[in-house]
Amino acid sequence: MDALYRDYILEHYKNPRNFGELEPHDLDFHDHNPLCGDELGVHIVVEDGKVADLRFHGQGCAISQAAASITSEELIGMPVAEVERLGADWVIDQLGIDISPTRRKCALLSLKVMRGATTGDASWPD
Amino acid sequence: MAAVATQPLVDVRADFPVLQRTFDGKPVVFLDSAATAQKPVQVIDAMSAYYRTSNSNVHRGVYALAREATDLFEGARKRVAAFAGADPATTIFTGNASGAINLVAYSWGRTNLGPGDVVVVTHMEHHSNIVPWQLVCAERGARLRYLSTSETGELSLDELDEVLDGGSVKLVAVAHVSNVLGTLNPVEEIAARARTAGAVTLVDGAQAMPQMPVDIDRLGADFYAWTAHKALGPTGIGVLHGRRELLETMPPFIAGGHMISRVDLESSSWNELPWKFEAGTSPIAEAVGLGAAVDYLRAVGMDRVRAHERELTAYALERLAEVDDIRIFGPLDAERRGGVVSFAIDGIHAHDIAEICDREAVCIRAGHHCAQPLMRTLGVAATARASFHVYNSRDDVDALVSALQAARKVFEL
Ligand SMILES: Cc1ncc(COP(=O)(O)O)c(C=O)c1O
Repeated sequence: MDALYRDYILEHYKNPRNFGELEPHDLDFHDHNPLCGDELGVHIVVEDGKVADLRFHGQGCAISQAAASITSEELIGMPVAEVERLGADWVIDQLGIDISPTRRKCALLSLKVMRGATTGDASWPD
Repeated sequence: MAAVATQPLVDVRADFPVLQRTFDGKPVVFLDSAATAQKPVQVIDAMSAYYRTSNSNVHRGVYALAREATDLFEGARKRVAAFAGADPATTIFTGNASGAINLVAYSWGRTNLGPGDVVVVTHMEHHSNIVPWQLVCAERGARLRYLSTSETGELSLDELDEVLDGGSVKLVAVAHVSNVLGTLNPVEEIAARARTAGAVTLVDGAQAMPQMPVDIDRLGADFYAWTAHKALGPTGIGVLHGRRELLETMPPFIAGGHMISRVDLESSSWNELPWKFEAGTSPIAEAVGLGAAVDYLRAVGMDRVRAHERELTAYALERLAEVDDIRIFGPLDAERRGGVVSFAIDGIHAHDIAEICDREAVCIRAGHHCAQPLMRTLGVAATARASFHVYNSRDDVDALVSALQAARKVFEL
């Protein structure tokens, strides 16, 4: 099996979970990776201080799409305050593969837009 | 297909040390010369020899060492000018192609553009030939207009005529060869039509000068910008060729040492061409390196370089078409394009293509190639791109195609 493009990574890439739009939504954010131009946006519905539902949308490589898809399943139901505390390591753990420095931003783009939506802080997670 | 480009055009083993490298035991296959070309030992040695034996600041010193450095620097300018079919006095050294274009945007643009004036660029420009015009247009109240690219990635001269007929066009800025589509634009014709309409032309030759014979004098463009590092030369130096009458009336862009003739407390007067536009200590070793690069290219022969690029491109267009679900951008006829081929494969993002190519030590580029407006017209976020130079042969294209087939397998397509 491929060490980077594992079957679950490809499966999430080809059939991303929680992709599309959510109308109406409470929070949204849109951003891109300036290195490659890949774009990702998110719509979030908040209930009782928790992420009740979310949808990602945009286009990107297998790593960025799989990261968005895999983490989306964890993010739904998570208290917004907890989302704000998530860091890069959390995403990399969720992905379960070694991420080279050149692909790091691909992996982190979805968390970047999540944090942008919940905290307004659009800096890269570290 | 005929036996074309079966061998590199040069002695790669002798001339290009970097290309002897292996990664994980696999010999490097370098297909990213459009980003930056590899440097022959002739260039590396010339720069090293300059630092070892002739280093000194230029123009100022009275001693023999300084005279020698000045001769090497100005000698390089003469050879670079001759290589491009230009006059040394109107051949200005800048930091890179971006620096050359910014020089024109600021020095010419600030004094010649005003409210209501139009600057024409195209959808296939590199950001270097878009953003300086956005800034100077915003500053001067001028308007930026884009010429579209066709399905096959070509410009329409009819559309150019329409825009020129609208009057108010002061400048047309266009790539000679697109760094994404490979399109070889009819810049001679564009410059002629612009001139008739009273507009000046700037040609971004960053991708053209390295791979085909260019004669600035015959081309008739008012400004021509290029960059050494894509032409087998070093980073840190670019070139602007300009029409003398325009350069003479333009104010300096960057001010400082050496570009002056006399400095008084309140004002100064300017040095003559080309030094008026070369403030501060010049990239001396880089100029020496660029001189060696054009010597190298001349010895190979630019007609042969062009023929080799065309053969490799034709071969690549043919072989890439064998890959299922591939989309190849730009003109499908190698006659109408330079040695750059961009493509996308449905179901695999360009980054993933490049990542899997890298496992075979095949170096290609993935991304927007500093041409985001073009990416939007192509309807993609990114493309993969292979580009060629004298050290490539059809074996490299074969290695690329195998890597692409491997990528499709990894992605279970
Ligand atoms: C068409 C084109 N114009 C301009 C540039 C900018 O060149 P430089 O980075 O040397 O300024 C490039 C190279 O990336 C290019 O391909």
